[in-house]
Amino acid sequence: MGEKLENPGACASAVDPPQIRLQLMSNPLYLSGARELVSAVAKRLGFVDEACGKIALAVDEALCNVIRHGYGRDPNRPIWVSIWPVHGCGCGGSDVHPGALKIVIEDEARQVDPAVIRSRDLEEIRPGGLGVHIIRAVMDEVKYEKRGPIGMRLTMIKRRHEEAEDDQADGARKESEGG
Amino acid sequence: MADNVTRPGFATGGGESAFRVSVENRPGATVVLPSGEIDLNASPILRQELKRVQTARPQRLIVDLSGVPYMDSSGVATLVEAMQIARKNSTRLVLCGMQEKVLSIFEIARLDTVFTIVPDATGAMTA
Repeated sequence: MGEKLENPGACASAVDPPQIRLQLMSNPLYLSGARELVSAVAKRLGFVDEACGKIALAVDEALCNVIRHGYGRDPNRPIWVSIWPVHGCGCGGSDVHPGALKIVIEDEARQVDPAVIRSRDLEEIRPGGLGVHIIRAVMDEVKYEKRGPIGMRLTMIKRRHEEAEDDQADGARKESEGG
Repeated sequence: MADNVTRPGFATGGGESAFRVSVENRPGATVVLPSGEIDLNASPILRQELKRVQTARPQRLIVDLSGVPYMDSSGVATLVEAMQIARKNSTRLVLCGMQEKVLSIFEIARLDTVFTIVPDATGAMTA
C-alpha cells in the first residue's frame, strides 16, 4: 500500500472537474468538518465504515501536515480538497459504486522536494512525524508533487474492496427502504 | 472518595470546543478523561492538561480514552510526550478504554506494544 502513482490522473481524467471541491482555511478548527465530509461521501459511494474512517484519517493527516509544515500554523492560508469517484481503467466498480476514490489536496505553501517527504523510522519512539506513515499505510496510492510555481499537491487513491463493500451498501440501502 | 475536577477545554482561535478533559484524583492514581475527538485542534488542550497533572508526579497516571471516538497522529504524539515525561518521573502511565478506531492508529504507528493498554479503568488501576 501507499506506493507512488505513475499517473494519478489516468482514471479520473486530469481535465475532468472534481465532483467535490472544498476550500478551507488552514485552521485546525475545520479539520472535523473536512473529515465528516470525506467520510460521508465515501460512505455514499459504497465504502465500508472502516474504509471511510481510514480515508478520513488520511485526509486529516494530510491537512495537518499542510497546516503545520507547509504554512507554519498560519490559520489563514487556503487548502483545497478535491474528490473524484474513479470508474473503469482497471479500478473495477459499477454504475452505482465506483471502484476507487481519488482525493487531491493542494496548497500554496512553500515547495519541497517530494523525495524528502518520508515517514520517520518507527523504531524511534518520539512525538510527531507519523502523518506520512499513516497516509501511506491507509491509502492504496500516494503521490506528492510540486504544484505549478507555488504550493504542493498530494494525490491519494483508495480502492474499494467490492464484495464486502457492496454487501454492506446493499444492506444499508434495503434497511433504509424498509426491505 | 474520588476528587473530581472537571476542567473544560476551549479551542484556540474559535468558539467553545466540544472537546473536554476531566481529571479524577483517586487513591494511588490520577485519571485523565478526555472526551471528544482528538485532532490538531484538540490535542493542545489534552497536552496542557497532561503536563499540568504530571507536575505533581503521580505514582500512576491513567488516561481513560473511552470517551474518544477518534484520534489522529497529533493525539498520539501528545500521549508519546506524556509517556516520556512519565518515564522521567517514574510514573506508571496506563491507557484504557480505547475504541477500536483509536486502537488502530496505535497499531499503524506500531505503538500498541510500547504503551501499556488495558480494556478498562478497573484494570488500569493494577496494570
